[in-house]
Amino acid sequence: MLPFLAFQFEADAVWEFLFNEQIVDGAWMTLKVAVISQVIGITLGVVFALMRLSKNPLFSGFANFYIWFIRGTPALIQLFFLKFGIPSMIGDPDIAREFTFFRAAIIAFGINEGAYMSEIVRAGILSVESGQMDAAKSVGMTYLQAMRRIVFPQAMRVMLPPTGNEFIAMLKNTSLASAIGLVELLRATRQIYARNFLIMELLVVASIWYLAMTTVFSILQAELERAMAVGERERPETLFSRVLAIIGGRRGI
Amino acid sequence: MEGPLVRCVDVHKRFGRLEVLRGVSLDVARGEVVVLIGASGSGKTTLLRCINHLETVDRGRIYVDGELVGYREDHDGRVRADREPEVARKRAAIGMVFQRFNLFPHLTALGNVIVGPMHVKKMPRRRAEEVGQALLAKVGLGAKVNAYPGQLSGGQQQRVAIARALAMGPKLMLFDEPTSALDPELVGEVLEVMKSLAREGMTMIVVTHEMGFAREVADRVIFMDEGVILEEGTAEHFFQSPTHPRTQAFLSKIL
Ligand SMILES: Nc1ncnc2c1ncn2[C@@H]1O[C@H](COP(=O)(O)OP(=O)(O)OP(=O)(O)O)[C@@H](O)[C@H]1O
Ligand SMILES: [Mg+2]
Repeated sequence: MLPFLAFQFEADAVWEFLFNEQIVDGAWMTLKVAVISQVIGITLGVVFALMRLSKNPLFSGFANFYIWFIRGTPALIQLFFLKFGIPSMIGDPDIAREFTFFRAAIIAFGINEGAYMSEIVRAGILSVESGQMDAAKSVGMTYLQAMRRIVFPQAMRVMLPPTGNEFIAMLKNTSLASAIGLVELLRATRQIYARNFLIMELLVVASIWYLAMTTVFSILQAELERAMAVGERERPETLFSRVLAIIGGRRGI
Repeated sequence: MEGPLVRCVDVHKRFGRLEVLRGVSLDVARGEVVVLIGASGSGKTTLLRCINHLETVDRGRIYVDGELVGYREDHDGRVRADREPEVARKRAAIGMVFQRFNLFPHLTALGNVIVGPMHVKKMPRRRAEEVGQALLAKVGLGAKVNAYPGQLSGGQQQRVAIARALAMGPKLMLFDEPTSALDPELVGEVLEVMKSLAREGMTMIVVTHEMGFAREVADRVIFMDEGVILEEGTAEHFFQSPTHPRTQAFLSKIL
């Protein structure tokens, strides 16, 4: 005999809490941490990719060590290192206090992301034909000028889709920071349902926010990919380009 | 300055165990056009790349306009690798045109031409664009200024590449088989641009098997074989009386 199932789900509560101040603040924090961490990650990724490609064994060795360490340990431990481990080693409580939830989170996520981004950046650089570097050097550019003006702009096209993936993952992985006490979307959600026990309703609210953020960024990514396909004969269609094409009654590009 | 523009002295280059250049010595006078011929793998590309230091040299020296490229000579006469900004500065005065064009695909024709003047010579954009437009007009592409490389034919792309090199105001132009990746009907337009450059007095080293071009503009033709210069002379000499059996064998294949 089947057990008697009684579902209790207050759909109205979802609507009620969707724009609750604590939830909106939490979502904002999630977005802020994700964007800042990703920017740090991309910057570190470029630096470490160049180090890995360097002929100097000191540079490439250091970069390899960093990537090996970060990819081989859980992000949660890395967060704990920054929020609890390192401050605990510092005698001066004033300095230890500087390791706020927010700072610990963006540094830990940024450093973590840097290891993954460096692989993406490296693959992007390697995807550009060596003749491009030769041609850039032949007009008198230095290595870094050639990278910046010639190689990176082309590598970006290859780097963009996996970087988009990374950012979407980042948006969701920031929820790990709730474990060190940062009040982001998930922790805000848990704080509310700890009081009112509307667990499922609030988890749905949080999911709606995560979905909204990831959807917006997926659309932005597609637009960016189209914008970067400049100089190509076939540019990828996106939501907006299709809508524009329908409104304008045109075909193709 | 007096003396030859390019002076290669006993240049050696190896890739791993393969010795590609085995003692090349060559002087190129100012305003001279030298055509370099030779079988595949004889080291023609490598020699050009050594001249603007896209490849390091293992032994011997290369001077352009009296200066070592990629190296500097210390007071005690020892040769050391040069610092990167110096290498870049010397390279800027040596134009290179590649077999496969190597245009920057994310930039327009004009963008390709002005990127060097703007970011290497620090020329203001407006001025660089004027120079770039004039150069593109000169190679017959005044109407294609805003086209991307992917929208141009091979012959047009190679002409943009020539304009890109000229935009830096080079003293020397290196051409590595500039027409060999082109459909036959597009070869002429590129050679025409090169001929007019030669007539203007540009110093040029051209790797090509277009013997018609060599006959018309080359002051000297050089035959390379297995990393050494085997024979040199005028184009007529190579048409009529090549002395070395290997030269004869090679010419019988390409003529
Ligand atoms: N970067 C490199 N690493 C290893 N070997 C190389 C490299 N570049 C060239 N070589 C080798 O050096 C030899 C000479 O090459 P090079 O390109 O100078 O010949 P080439 O005379 O220009 O021939 P082609 O007419 O085919 O262009 C070839 O055997 C080539 O495989
Ligand atoms: Mg070659």
